[in-house]
Amino acid sequence: MIKLENVSKIYGQGSGAVHALKPVDLHVPKGSITGVIGTSGAGKSTLIRCVNLLERPSTGRVLVDEQDLTALSESGLRKARHDIGMIFQHFNLLSSRTVFANVALPLELMGITKRDIRDRVLPLLELTGLSDKAASYPAELSGGQKQRVAIARALASRPKVLLCDEATSALDPQTTASILTLLRDINTQLGLTILLITHEMEVVKTICDQVALIANGELVETAEVGDFFTAPRTQLGRTFLNDYLELEPPRNLLERLLEAPGERTHPIVRLAFRGDTASAPIISRLSREFDIEVSILEARIEDIQGRTLGLMIAELMGPTAITQDVLTFLNKLDLHVEVLGHVQRND
Amino acid sequence: MSSAMIERIWNSIFETLYMVAVSGLISIAIGVALGVALYVTRPRQILAMPALNSVLSIIVNVGRSVPFIILALAIVPFTKLLVGSFIGNTAAIVPLTIAAIPFVARLIEGALNEVQPGLIEAAQSMGATPRQIITKVLLPEARGGIITGVTITFIALIGYSAMAGAVGAGGLGAIAINYGYNRYNSLVMLITVAIMVVLVQGIQMLGDYLVRRANHK
Repeated sequence: MIKLENVSKIYGQGSGAVHALKPVDLHVPKGSITGVIGTSGAGKSTLIRCVNLLERPSTGRVLVDEQDLTALSESGLRKARHDIGMIFQHFNLLSSRTVFANVALPLELMGITKRDIRDRVLPLLELTGLSDKAASYPAELSGGQKQRVAIARALASRPKVLLCDEATSALDPQTTASILTLLRDINTQLGLTILLITHEMEVVKTICDQVALIANGELVETAEVGDFFTAPRTQLGRTFLNDYLELEPPRNLLERLLEAPGERTHPIVRLAFRGDTASAPIISRLSREFDIEVSILEARIEDIQGRTLGLMIAELMGPTAITQDVLTFLNKLDLHVEVLGHVQRND
Repeated sequence: MSSAMIERIWNSIFETLYMVAVSGLISIAIGVALGVALYVTRPRQILAMPALNSVLSIIVNVGRSVPFIILALAIVPFTKLLVGSFIGNTAAIVPLTIAAIPFVARLIEGALNEVQPGLIEAAQSMGATPRQIITKVLLPEARGGIITGVTITFIALIGYSAMAGAVGAGGLGAIAINYGYNRYNSLVMLITVAIMVVLVQGIQMLGDYLVRRANHK
């Protein structure tokens, strides 16, 4: 539904030029929720603004529903933007208009009659749970309610795509959860394709189907969310995930961690189990079949949109030859194994 | 005080109000347009035209730097051409309006400056034309600031109109100068000053009330 092809953005010229976005390719499938995650200054905002050409890309093409936006005239682009809703971190509601009039604004811009506007705004207020706030002004609303108004407003022109620019970053965790639920509902009920940018893994974990990791203006990694949480492919992906899950080996162990195995070392492994692959039987099987002990240092169960993800950091306590066999065995199973390093045996 | 004097003062109030109201309305109509132009033609704005913006800005600055009394004398030929005379209340409206236009323009530009840039961005994302952004976003959102600017303009015009009394216009200024100052009539001076204080106070209170009503922030 959204395709970015070789899209880049350069500010300034010559030696002072800043590459806010290096050539990026991104595909957001129809009906999906794709999240672009990165730290501040990574280029997320530039990326999402390039999709509706609030920022005109320096190179590349932007296709929304197979229409190349970069090839359109000003008026053609304005028309195309009716198919692309957008919500913002700071809501950007008009303080001089009531909730109803804010939601009606995009329809007024399209030249829709007053009666038709009413017929379209009221169901949207219902959908976003704002029916009793129609006559209120934004200043009288909470942050979460304001973002609901913004969502209703973005949906008013019946867009095919919704862009969310840090839509929950100014909200508390509870409100964030309710807004994410609303976005998920809209996605399933209306079949709306959503592209969001965020710096919060929680957002990606809760509603995204696909995640794209951005750093220094480059897309580093794009993956299905389940895959990303099980086994990120890049170092940055792992850093992001570990920072979020806070799943690191204990500090005292980390200091003793060696990169290469030695004469008398034990491997430290990170295991990620997906779905029904239960962790406990595997651990006991290792003890039974290989006659080694497994010391569990950290363990977590994560719920990724209803699918279970088990994460564990463990020390395989046995002779080097045997632990090698154990790793070979684990690699054959339906789980993800990563050797974090090795520690000297204590015995 | 003679009844003739009271009548003179009474009439002068209406002369002042006439000069202020007419020059105020015309200068606000033109000044709002000029202020909007100053704002939207800035670099990176919705109708960015940096060269035009610089030219407008210089014209406004020149207009604002000429003292009113000098301006009124300097444009006498123009005033004569426009209204057929350079003496009287109607004639005074010409320099008053010309002096107030750049003043209003800067105040409006300042009010528009207070509108969150994110609102323009949101409107653009909805496919708004520059014209729609001006009429549906910028002006309504700057309403409070615009009313404040209009209030300041009317108050400034009361001051200017008194000065116009020194160069041939009527109104409270002329009474204060001709009777209060030239004929040492302290009572007339006091009364005219008091009336102007009341006028200014009234306009300010009305303005504040309208700003309060306009703002939903």
